[in-house]
Amino acid sequence: MGDLQAKPTRDGFGEELLNLGYENENIIVLSADVEDSTRAEYFKKKFPNRFYNVGIAEQNLVGISAGLAKEGFTVFATSFAVFLTNRAYDFIRISVCYNNLNVKLCASHAGLMIGEDGATAQSLEDISIMSVLPNMRVVCPVDYIETKKITRYIAKEFGPFYMRLGRTPYPIVTSESDVFEFGKGRVLMEGEDLTIISYGVTVSESLKASEELRKEGISARVINMSTIKPFDEEIVLKSAEETGAIMVVEEHEVINGLGSMIARFLATKKPIPMEFVGVNDEFGVSGKPYELLERFGLDYKSIKEVAKRLIKRKKS
Amino acid sequence: MLGQKVSMENLKEMAKDIREKILIMTHNVNSGHPGGSLSLVEIMLSLYFYKIRYNPKDPNWEDRDRVVISKGHATPVVYLTLAKAGFFEEEEVMKGFRRLGYNFQGHVYTGVPGVEFSTGSLGQGLSAGIGMALAARYKNKDYNVYVILGDGEVQEGSIWEAAMFASFHKINNLCAIIDYNKIQQNGFVNEILSIEPLKDRWEAFGWNYIEIDGHNFDEIFQALDAFESSKVSGKPTVIVSNTIKGKGISFMEYNNAFHGRAPTKEELDRALQELRGGNHG
Repeated sequence: MGDLQAKPTRDGFGEELLNLGYENENIIVLSADVEDSTRAEYFKKKFPNRFYNVGIAEQNLVGISAGLAKEGFTVFATSFAVFLTNRAYDFIRISVCYNNLNVKLCASHAGLMIGEDGATAQSLEDISIMSVLPNMRVVCPVDYIETKKITRYIAKEFGPFYMRLGRTPYPIVTSESDVFEFGKGRVLMEGEDLTIISYGVTVSESLKASEELRKEGISARVINMSTIKPFDEEIVLKSAEETGAIMVVEEHEVINGLGSMIARFLATKKPIPMEFVGVNDEFGVSGKPYELLERFGLDYKSIKEVAKRLIKRKKS
Repeated sequence: MLGQKVSMENLKEMAKDIREKILIMTHNVNSGHPGGSLSLVEIMLSLYFYKIRYNPKDPNWEDRDRVVISKGHATPVVYLTLAKAGFFEEEEVMKGFRRLGYNFQGHVYTGVPGVEFSTGSLGQGLSAGIGMALAARYKNKDYNVYVILGDGEVQEGSIWEAAMFASFHKINNLCAIIDYNKIQQNGFVNEILSIEPLKDRWEAFGWNYIEIDGHNFDEIFQALDAFESSKVSGKPTVIVSNTIKGKGISFMEYNNAFHGRAPTKEELDRALQELRGGNHG
């Protein structure tokens, strides 16, 4: 981890979307009255003619996006993760995915890290329900720097994407010189005893956990899996073979999250001991972002304990 | 290229033929939605043989008018009209409708040439139509977008999200056509959840409002022309087309049983006899 100051991924999104606006006249951005929060506002200010605030109407937001995309535009539909994915789900399913249109759903304020607003604003199902849709690809940048690269990538690549973004500053764990490869996981820390796979803000917690484990003689590999659908099967299989134990850490419901997807894959390729760290069939609550990570067992200390449990199971 | 224009006599012949085939094709696979297809026959024919611009040899021709079928279950009448308009052979759809291995899906599907947008969950077509209509502005095109809505569909809240947006943004190249056949799956619309007063509601939402008999070609033509000429007002237009669900077959008219059920062999024979007798043309 570098010394760079933590920054919200939504900022990376807003800044790169603005850059793309200068380069590509074909981009149109829509918001459901939260463009200040999602940072789509940066684009709006420079390109008001290619921006719509559709009002508080997420279904219409996604439907209009689909219609514009059908006519050849690259459309960014932006809102909070809970509203965009849950409220407009059927529109995403039929208008965007079944029609296979060039709509980029970019959702900020995902996960527990939105904090004090509590359960109704904390999106803990979005990865699951977006991943189950045919034609949809799902990404969650790990930090501000990677967000910019992913924003650029999805703007160029045809078809539906869901990008999950956060409000809170996330630690910077990548560098400008790293190359983002869609569909590829990336080892951020090597290790032989077990592998921790994560995405988003819990990657940096996993890295901290790995450092702590090292002090106790356990070497934990940490993988950033910012492409969630399709996830990198190759790196998962390789890590399963080399480390013999895998845990998946996600700021999301455990049910049908990335952990479930990886478990399903390994069940037929290489069954090994696994652990799943996430929210367990519960709604969120109000609290400060990092207090919530602790409350739901997603902080580095909790990750460390689960890792030790996994190592025991691996040996027995 | 302009849509083909045909004589009134031809239109009436085509309408009768399409009604027969709606019954035959749904009967053949023992599934489908004949009632809400029979109500839409004259509207679809008027669009494709009186009003809109299209090129069946080039379904994605940039300057074509766009037709979005939001009531996606109306596939029988939609596919048959597109066949008559020359997008594919009628035999193909009669053979492939709702059958494995063909693109003629149960609800309108873009795999079928001429189908603009896949639907099948109600309340989505108007928003998509708005997107297409806005795109015309960006591309400096003068095409129109027609969105065919079911009457029960107007109960979906998303329709009103879209209605609000369209007038606020002065989307005047958008024409919604409501197939007001008065019946939804489980009974009469206005007994289940009334959508009235339609005129007050759409006007209050800032739309031009036109009401017609949706089985009368002359009235449909006039309404479509009125939409064109009202574009100067800067408003979107809604045409409320009063129709009869199951139109043309005595025992299917006003009968919600045929919303989503195909006729049996006996019913088919009776229906064809009635249609060929010419009493309901």
